[in-house]
Amino acid sequence: MRPVSLADLPMPLAAPVAPPTSWPTWPALRDRLLAWPLPLTVLALWTVAAHFEWIAPQVLPAPEAVALTFKDSLLSGELWAHLQVSLLRVLAGFAVGLVGGLSLGVAMGLSPTVKDYVYPSFKVFAQVPVLGWLPLLMLLVGIDEALKVILVSKAALVPIALNTCKGIEGVPTRHIEVARVLKFTRWQLLSRVVFPAALAPIWNGVRYGLTHAWLALVVVELLASSEGLGFMIVYGRQLFQLDVVLAAVAVVGAVGFALDTLLALVEHRLLRWRREAF
Amino acid sequence: MLVARLVPKPLRGFVLPALLLLAWWAAVRFGVSSSPLLVSPAKVWQTAVEQVASGQVFAALAASLRRDLVGFAIGAFAGLAFGAALGASRLFERLAGPSFHTLKQISLFAWIPLLSVWFGLGDAAKVAFLSLAAFFPVVLNTFEGIRSVPADLLEVARVLRFGRWQTWTRVILPAASPSIFAGIHLGLIYAWLATLGAEYLLVSGQGIGNTMIDGREHFRMDQVLFGVIVVGAVGFALNWIAGRIEARALAWRGRSVAQF
Repeated sequence: MRPVSLADLPMPLAAPVAPPTSWPTWPALRDRLLAWPLPLTVLALWTVAAHFEWIAPQVLPAPEAVALTFKDSLLSGELWAHLQVSLLRVLAGFAVGLVGGLSLGVAMGLSPTVKDYVYPSFKVFAQVPVLGWLPLLMLLVGIDEALKVILVSKAALVPIALNTCKGIEGVPTRHIEVARVLKFTRWQLLSRVVFPAALAPIWNGVRYGLTHAWLALVVVELLASSEGLGFMIVYGRQLFQLDVVLAAVAVVGAVGFALDTLLALVEHRLLRWRREAF
Repeated sequence: MLVARLVPKPLRGFVLPALLLLAWWAAVRFGVSSSPLLVSPAKVWQTAVEQVASGQVFAALAASLRRDLVGFAIGAFAGLAFGAALGASRLFERLAGPSFHTLKQISLFAWIPLLSVWFGLGDAAKVAFLSLAAFFPVVLNTFEGIRSVPADLLEVARVLRFGRWQTWTRVILPAASPSIFAGIHLGLIYAWLATLGAEYLLVSGQGIGNTMIDGREHFRMDQVLFGVIVVGAVGFALNWIAGRIEARALAWRGRSVAQF
């Protein structure tokens, strides 16, 4: 017999629950249009405020000025150059962090002995944020590329290692029992059971890792760099050219969004076999 | 592997730090490098004792923590209100959601140069930045927590003729509390990270970050290392306190399988 759920009981008092998204007419379009009033109002206020110079342009430049700066730096190739530098750095650091984080996470997840030895130290290492390590590393390796790569890889490594370890530990015991019954070899057990089952949390860690890597890179560039998007922001700030700052901030946001979207798309492909089950 | 199993389990965590300390001590003792950056563990300890005895570290820490908590409180309250509105009202979500999700993409620290123009270089800019750091995770988790309250629960509330206030305090908020607490916890961690970042980028006044920057500028490795230890300890303490409060506040839910 099917378990009786609340919905099966007669409920004269309850009003029928309307499905939340049932607009009678042009639903999707209306939803999308509703997103626009707020940013447009802000933009309008901003334009008016800049036009009548209620706020000094050094404090808030006009939107046209920002758009113009954006176009100029795009056409002159300046923006591309900074963007390229930043992207290369984040990819290098992320690659190091990915390899390190995956191996550390797999080792800790698979072997309780390794975990006993390494995990407490790892927790302490992870506890000090990237910014805590920064002054120390500046003294040790200077402010060259090495500093950026090390810090970005630290930012990526921690969530990847943590999620990989937790993901592998969280593989249901039943799955492993089935594999034992089927007399899987150790390699088969890992490649057919453990890793596919742990893939979702591991990938989550990778996504966090990339987000953190980008965040860390921007900070390091703000503090110690002579090129890159972060430098562009600091430079604009020093010259009180807020239009440059705003343009660079917009690009920083767009890159962060693009990186995360890319990984979400990959995730969709990688985990398609899971989704099809439902 | 055999050697690895010889050490008793509770002591295994100390092996790696002990080896590291030994290597450090040996490197100083046998003069591996003549760089002034290679300070001895004893020197760091001495600096620590000095800083504690003179109260400098407490003054710096108090300044940092005060900013941290003020900024966190502002950000968390604003985040709770905004997240609750976003979660409870589809209309509000459609109006403000897309703008919020766009702004959230901007790397947190990229805000600092803008905030420093708008709020100056003093405490106001730092607190504004800290509240921003706490705001985003609290909003996201509150929103998700409220959105994932099962419809069945709301139906029960309707059957029992709960008022709006009762529905919120008795049904929605308790059901969303794990996610909300997770957001607050995350906000606390972010705010601490941002405290350091704000002190590095808006160099003025006092704080533990300023202590470290100062040590770096004077090539005082011992001071920097001491700062790293203090920062780690504070992060650990904040994390622990948040975890305890979370466990206490959610104790009524009982143990789930996932918690251990």
